[in-house]
Amino acid sequence: MNPHARQFNADARRLSADLRHRGIINTALNKYAIKRDEKKALFQDWEGARQTAAEIKWDALSHLDQNLEKLAKTLEARGTRVHWASTAEQARAIIVGIAKAKNARAIVKSKSMTSEEIHLNDALEKAGFEVVESDLGEFIVQLRHEAPYHIVFPAMHLTRGEIRELFQKELGDAPSDNPEDLTLVARRVLRKKYVQADLGITGANFAIAETGMVSITENEGNARLTAALPKTMITLLGIEKVLPRLEDLALFLPMLATVGAAQLISGYNTLYSGPRQPGETDGPEEWHVVLLDNRRTALLADAEQRDALHCIRCGSCLNVCPIYRNVGGHTYGTTYCGPIGAVITPHLRGLRDWKHLAYASTLCGACAEACPVKIDLHHRLLQTRRNSVQEKPRWWEKLAFKGFAVIANRRPLWRYFITQGGRLGQRFHPLVKGTRLDPAYAWTKTRELPPIAPQSFKEWWRNRS
Amino acid sequence: MNVTMFIPCFIDLLYPQVGISMVRILERLGHKVDCPELACCGQPAFNTGYWHESREVAGRVIEQLHDAEVVVIASGSCGAMIKVFYPELFAGTKHERMAQELAPKCYEFSQFLVDKLGVTDLGVSFPHTVTYHDGCHSLREMHIQEAPRQLMAKVRGLQLIEMSQTVCCGFGGTFSAKFPAISTAMGDVKCSLAEETHADYIVSSDSSCLMHLQGLIDKQGRSLKTIHLAEILAPS
Repeated sequence: MNPHARQFNADARRLSADLRHRGIINTALNKYAIKRDEKKALFQDWEGARQTAAEIKWDALSHLDQNLEKLAKTLEARGTRVHWASTAEQARAIIVGIAKAKNARAIVKSKSMTSEEIHLNDALEKAGFEVVESDLGEFIVQLRHEAPYHIVFPAMHLTRGEIRELFQKELGDAPSDNPEDLTLVARRVLRKKYVQADLGITGANFAIAETGMVSITENEGNARLTAALPKTMITLLGIEKVLPRLEDLALFLPMLATVGAAQLISGYNTLYSGPRQPGETDGPEEWHVVLLDNRRTALLADAEQRDALHCIRCGSCLNVCPIYRNVGGHTYGTTYCGPIGAVITPHLRGLRDWKHLAYASTLCGACAEACPVKIDLHHRLLQTRRNSVQEKPRWWEKLAFKGFAVIANRRPLWRYFITQGGRLGQRFHPLVKGTRLDPAYAWTKTRELPPIAPQSFKEWWRNRS
Repeated sequence: MNVTMFIPCFIDLLYPQVGISMVRILERLGHKVDCPELACCGQPAFNTGYWHESREVAGRVIEQLHDAEVVVIASGSCGAMIKVFYPELFAGTKHERMAQELAPKCYEFSQFLVDKLGVTDLGVSFPHTVTYHDGCHSLREMHIQEAPRQLMAKVRGLQLIEMSQTVCCGFGGTFSAKFPAISTAMGDVKCSLAEETHADYIVSSDSSCLMHLQGLIDKQGRSLKTIHLAEILAPS
């Protein structure tokens, strides 16, 4: 078993039995679900909205080359520097290079899962820069030296008390565990950082090809300060985020708010179209947009699974996933967790190392049902399983299913195998039941096996006719 | 109508009463029932990624069911495999057309009664409080939600109290053995949701989900009981 799978199994075992963890996650997500459904009900036709969103995304990706060229051209026309990064390494080098060229002393950053994907903070810190996360949740997990627990709610696994202790320890200031008090502590620290920073790094939610704009959604105003105060701004953008038209945002912004954070519309939705223009009094002097591929084009080339690029990183598939809700975000061991993570991680980081995520699912389909852009998530997991078997089957599994096929196709043998074999097995089972010798141990450790019927259905049917 | 039944392996061996109930109900409604000797639908291999091995088994099932007038499948999960996934599994193979022709003839049991036969009242009684578990394959692959509820609504004395969330029971076939801890946690959550309703029984159209839940209930000594919808609907 590869180390990633081993880590997943160990953490999943531990956390799925952790009732305190289950309570924290379920309480948070049950509250979210109630509010999300209230907001969804305000759409005249939610299913129609999903269909339209999926079609816009499909169209945008089908013309990705043209959309990206148009985006770059319109961005550059207003003085933005556009950089193309094929790999995470290139993107890191571009950003570290800009930080060095600008002689940046302090860097402030707003929330960006794409930056997590390329481990940008590590690279900047190794190069000697101080980076501060300005989104409250990200600020908290950064203080804990942790990765975000959730795509949208990075610190959802922590209680107020734990955050208070953390602030007391790391910042020496935590008057109470009241959320407002804690927010004010973080705000006091962050306000200073914004003023000191000479470089601001942001992610992006959407980019508009038609008008050359980047759209950033947030609830704390931190991304606006990150973009507005430092002299230089860098935006890291996965290439799948491009939309053709400005009017597309009329659907995508309320949709993202609804399923992402159970809001009608997010607190701040800002469109950035260039650095400070002549005659303007604020905004960064320089704006660099780094367009990141990092295997997205390889996923685009997979005709079966390319709808995974529709993803708008709303996290709604995580919120409804019974696996995520029991094992939590860190267990996945990779940037994108939950169902979408299980689908795209094998594409981004290699099938052989990450196929176990596709198997860690009952294929219940709650994710696909929740996805606002209609990614057929659980069927993608099925295909990933097939692909992983095609690439490298497990010999014993292959043997077992070969044997299964041989026996199942010989009816008398099959009948005998499952009926008599089952009865024989059941007779001897008590000898080993519950011990490590029990072949059904994985089941019987926590569950009883049903008794085999004295007369099977087929025996009943034959006797009757 | 000539009804060909598909009886899944676990019903054959573990829950024959479910299949027997279905046969009795259909015969009582005046249909001619046949239960040919079929093997597995191939889902365990399919879901694990062994599509080639799955086709070897499923190909025979398709050939045997091809001439049926209608096929009634005694499980939403096997039903989804045959109706929804066979066309994908056999795409580009010699069985492709047969798989496509078979799909529209296939029904899960409750779906067959309500949507095909238009029957909702079987004149039975079951004086208990129940909650209903939607098997994920029934719900999201077969899109069956109303049929079992319409049938339960006509059962004398039956009071249905819905759970506050629609969530998977955690079985997931080989998942339950590959990831027993997660599977058990999910089953726990499901049982707790069912207990919140104060129902006596969890009813479902999927014996595999019920096998998982009953296994947990027995191990943990919970007082809930599980029963397949067909057992409630069968004439006494």
